[in-house]
Amino acid sequence: MTKSFTEMTPALKRRHAAETRFQWLGRLAILLAIGFLVIMVASIAFIGVGALRQTHVALDVFLDPAEIDSSKLKNADYDGLVKASLRKKFPEITKRREKRKLYGLVSSDAGYTLRERVRNTPDLIGQTQKFWFLMSDDVDLFIKSAAPPDANEQGRRISNKELAWIDAFRSTGDIETRFNSRFFTSGDSREPELAGILSALVGSAFSLVVCFALSFPVGILAAIYLEEFSPRNRWSDLIEVNINNLAAVPSIVFGLLGLAVLLNTFGLPRSSPLVGGIVLALMTLPTIIIASRAALRAVPPSIREAALGLGASRIQATFHHVAPLALPGMLTGAIVGMARALGETAPLLMIGMVAFIVDVPKSVVEPATALPVQIFLWADSPERAFLEKTCAAIIVLLAFLVLMNLAAILMRRKFERRF
Amino acid sequence: MQEPVYVETLSVKSVHDEVKPVISAKDVTVSYADKVALNSVTLNVPANQVTSLIGPSGCGKTTFLRCLNRMNDLIDICRVRGEIIVAGQNIYDPAVDVVTLRAHVGMVFQKANPFPKSIFENVAYGLRIHNMAASKSELEDRVELSLKRAGLWDEVSDRLNDTGTGLSGGQQQRLCIARTIAVEPQVVLMDEPCSALDPVATARIEELIDDLREKFTIIIVTHSMHQAARISQSTAFFHMGELVEHGPTEKIFTTPKDTRTESYITGRIG
Repeated sequence: MTKSFTEMTPALKRRHAAETRFQWLGRLAILLAIGFLVIMVASIAFIGVGALRQTHVALDVFLDPAEIDSSKLKNADYDGLVKASLRKKFPEITKRREKRKLYGLVSSDAGYTLRERVRNTPDLIGQTQKFWFLMSDDVDLFIKSAAPPDANEQGRRISNKELAWIDAFRSTGDIETRFNSRFFTSGDSREPELAGILSALVGSAFSLVVCFALSFPVGILAAIYLEEFSPRNRWSDLIEVNINNLAAVPSIVFGLLGLAVLLNTFGLPRSSPLVGGIVLALMTLPTIIIASRAALRAVPPSIREAALGLGASRIQATFHHVAPLALPGMLTGAIVGMARALGETAPLLMIGMVAFIVDVPKSVVEPATALPVQIFLWADSPERAFLEKTCAAIIVLLAFLVLMNLAAILMRRKFERRF
Repeated sequence: MQEPVYVETLSVKSVHDEVKPVISAKDVTVSYADKVALNSVTLNVPANQVTSLIGPSGCGKTTFLRCLNRMNDLIDICRVRGEIIVAGQNIYDPAVDVVTLRAHVGMVFQKANPFPKSIFENVAYGLRIHNMAASKSELEDRVELSLKRAGLWDEVSDRLNDTGTGLSGGQQQRLCIARTIAVEPQVVLMDEPCSALDPVATARIEELIDDLREKFTIIIVTHSMHQAARISQSTAFFHMGELVEHGPTEKIFTTPKDTRTESYITGRIG
């Protein structure tokens, strides 16, 4: 007798329930993962977005011809001019300690800013002109926080006197927060309001270029040789096991290797993207080799047979047919490896890329730092204003990682061929 | 399907005596690691005929076929002993270059495997790597000739730049045949070329094989005894790694000498 197809037996019910349960567990797991990711990125972005704006203050500076020697514009006491204009704004302040506090409202960079302006337009000498200067990090944080000041003076970094001065500037509209282009155009600084990410970005870019130039050709050639040409024997097994092991070696070990061999034995320049790139290449190589071998293995053997059966030599079969088909996979592996290298900190610490670098490096042999190292350095700094810089740098790093992974996906879509 | 083919085969003279063999295998033994796949096979393949290799699965017929242009070299654990003479030369001589050999002995595989490139490039590739066309126009002429010989020209002449993998299964297999014969081999090996095709596509390829016999010596592995009977003039029956019987097709199918051959062709083993 045939059972009714619509009848729900207990066994069938259990099977349905198990399936539903599993699907809901799966959805829950994904939701949880996305939730944590969103919380993490959102909290970092929330703090980091503050670094995109910086507080400026307007001061009327009298460019005293007595102070500025027009033949030696470089050497005048611009700091003194800024201080003089602050004193003029608040003539009631006479005590030294209070004066120092007053000067502290403005970033220590104010003198340089003034100097550059004067050097660009020397005609201004002798006039009183309104200039915008960066404010110091504590004032900047206070103004951007937009919260009413804590009632307890001890509990905040801005004293009541400073508050009064800030209010005085505010009442005349002389305080503005503007887009912080400096963050993207300058190097590191001890002063948070002056610190920028460019030198780290350029250092990272140089390191990655060196890393890619070394690891990609070496990696894919090694993979092609191992997969297509080398005989299968005990030696090739040994090499394969070791490549897999190398992929799992903690990255700091590669840093130590770089320190011992590249810096101490070969005497390559310390803290340079060249050495950083070589170390990252060593670290990335196993990843690229493994990914490339998998890509080569995914090319159907019938393609090799077709080429060989026509009388193509092994190298022709490999480079005319197999490697082009495996290339998207190889590129994806390389980009994923590069993305990992971009986020790597530990090996760079060992080879001195943790240094305080103000200048943007111009070549791969100049001292540089890298994005993740910059994040580490800023996170380690005592100034509170570095917190938002740290978060902003993390966002920049994440953005680059996302871009690279996106490039990998697009590349695979574009070059992938069906066979 | 086509009775006349049978009649035609009767006119072919006795294989071993009068037709000069283009391939002769002597005492060929093939082993994969410890397993012997082919045991002391001696076989002469006559020129400008279709020779079928038949036998149950695992009998060694494909192994034998792949020995003839040394495709077995690709398998690390494969060892070949004995002697295979093609055009007067022992192809397992260490001095032999497989590249030249394979240009001389082409191969069509069980599953159509066109390159994921254009139809034109598929056929032109062999000509390019063997420098067989001095100019672009010569290359185009040779591609056209090969596609015509493979009976594919009329179907693809207006879309030579389309990808070869976009053709139907039967067209892909004919493209593979065009690609193989483009380099003017003396011998074409075919490893069950119709096993993945429908009867209509199979019939077209069988016709094609019969036409190609004029210019090429064809050795075909097939599981279909009807196919062997239809298209081949000589047949070799393999069983358990041994060559049981070889002779003119009509003799193998009508008066087999060996009882194993008889059992196989009547469907009792295999």
